[in-house]
Amino acid sequence: MSFISLLWVLLLGSLLGLELIGKVPPTLHTPLMSGANAISGITMLAALTLIVKAEGNLPLLIIGSVSLGFALFNVVGGFFVTDRMLAMFSRKPSNKK
Amino acid sequence: MNLPVIIKFVIDLLAVLLLALGIKGLSKVKSARDANRLAAFAMSLSVIGLLSYYLGTSGISIQSWIWIIIGSIIGSFLGAILAKKVPMTSMPETVALFNGCGGMSSLLVALGVAIFPISNSLENLDFFKSLINDVSISVSIFVGAITFTGSIVAMAKLQGWLSTPGWTQSKVRHFVNIVFAVASFIAFFDLINGNTSSIWLLVIVSSLLGIGVTLPIGGADMPVVISLLNSYSGIAAAAAGFVVDSQLLIVAGAMVGAAGLILTQVMCKGMNRSLVSVLFGGSLSAQSNTSSGSGEYTNITSCSVEECALTLEAANKVIIVPGYGLAVAQAQHTLREVTKKLEQNGIEVVYAIHPVAGRMPGHMNVLLAEADVPYEQLKEMDVVNPDFPATDVVLVLGANDVVNPQAKNDSTSPLYGMPVLDVQEARTVFVIKRGMSAGYSGIKNDLFDLPNTSMVFGDAKKVLNDLIGELKDLGVGEK
Repeated sequence: MSFISLLWVLLLGSLLGLELIGKVPPTLHTPLMSGANAISGITMLAALTLIVKAEGNLPLLIIGSVSLGFALFNVVGGFFVTDRMLAMFSRKPSNKK
Repeated sequence: MNLPVIIKFVIDLLAVLLLALGIKGLSKVKSARDANRLAAFAMSLSVIGLLSYYLGTSGISIQSWIWIIIGSIIGSFLGAILAKKVPMTSMPETVALFNGCGGMSSLLVALGVAIFPISNSLENLDFFKSLINDVSISVSIFVGAITFTGSIVAMAKLQGWLSTPGWTQSKVRHFVNIVFAVASFIAFFDLINGNTSSIWLLVIVSSLLGIGVTLPIGGADMPVVISLLNSYSGIAAAAAGFVVDSQLLIVAGAMVGAAGLILTQVMCKGMNRSLVSVLFGGSLSAQSNTSSGSGEYTNITSCSVEECALTLEAANKVIIVPGYGLAVAQAQHTLREVTKKLEQNGIEVVYAIHPVAGRMPGHMNVLLAEADVPYEQLKEMDVVNPDFPATDVVLVLGANDVVNPQAKNDSTSPLYGMPVLDVQEARTVFVIKRGMSAGYSGIKNDLFDLPNTSMVFGDAKKVLNDLIGELKDLGVGEK
């Protein structure tokens, strides 16, 4: 990928983000923040790339592995905690019925 | 284009689409939970896409697999444990901690690529490409380090492990932070010039900058800071995407970065603070020392739980205003018991939710939902404000700044202009509070001085428990 097309990707991604999160009820701000935070753990892909490309370089493997651990801590914990919060909201509609 | 490339392209595209749908769905109560799972699925998909791409092209060595498995198992396990165990009241700290670790991950990736550049150069780097590579590494380290230390400081402050040191409120801190910032720029340019050893300077100075910027910020502004740091971690991820040439990383990082910014803006609006004053203004109490608002209380009425119960029994309409004190006391279930009793007696009960009550927007909603409070009883500020004049009793539970009439009446107050709940319009206001200490803004609350306000001193949970007893004695809520 050329640098310019990566910049386009960055620009369009940012615009997409701005559009997606235009209108959110305050109720969902904490879960949304937590969910978005889990998605930012997507750096796990960078950590994976690092490990795969390390070609037997031990320090690099270790750095990549630690980095992967941090990222997955963010991703797994983030999605679980968001689910826990949202489970409380979703119980309500079933009560109404 | 060979097959693995095409497959990865399709999977990445699908993952981006699902992530976007996930974020979109998270903005509606009905679809939020499914959307969260959709996003989680998209993340797993992206991992499968990446791994299958490498399996189809360069292959993955056994050694790599071992380190991948070690890292993922430890990280996922700890994350899952913490997510299951942490109490709902400390959600903001938890999000801050997760967020900091995301930043740390980006930092480490960039550091690894910077120290061992050989491994990254599968293709020959020309001058332009290596420049971009250096810039993205530096940005990733800079933002990643700030996100990490900033989030950890934010978490420690919310947990009460760290207080705001006095010197950080003086002008000295601006000087110190400017020194850190200038030093990081020097390291930045030195690194781009090819001096690899300055990378450590960059790591240290940007870490210190993260601490220096977050430490002076008062607790009331912490949600804004966490949201901003959340946005940073997205930017760090996007920068890491440039480092390893991954479009998916750039798109997802950019989306989170933009989302965090919007959310930050919404929170600032709710507190009538600009981002600049949050970041550079220090804690509110420091500014308010000179303002007219910080006088002594002159007309405090305190009353017993019994009086409070008697007034509640005679009421037709009661509005509950929950705040951080409720969260700290873990009193949401006790509160629910009280309101159940009142409802059984035919008293109308609603909860007034200020957008920034607690330590995060939506904090109170999460808390009350945990105690099974029906969703329809939670009213947002704009909806509930016209109802106060027709309300008999308002119970303020551990909320302070969000019910301060100064924000409407006193143009010299630092709170002036912040939207507040007009609780003083109600016939009687009970404020349940541990003592006369100020709220997180550190500002005197004029509400407490009003003739229709009575203070009930004590821990929210204890007072509510006593209240249940008193109501029982009065026969409220018994058929």
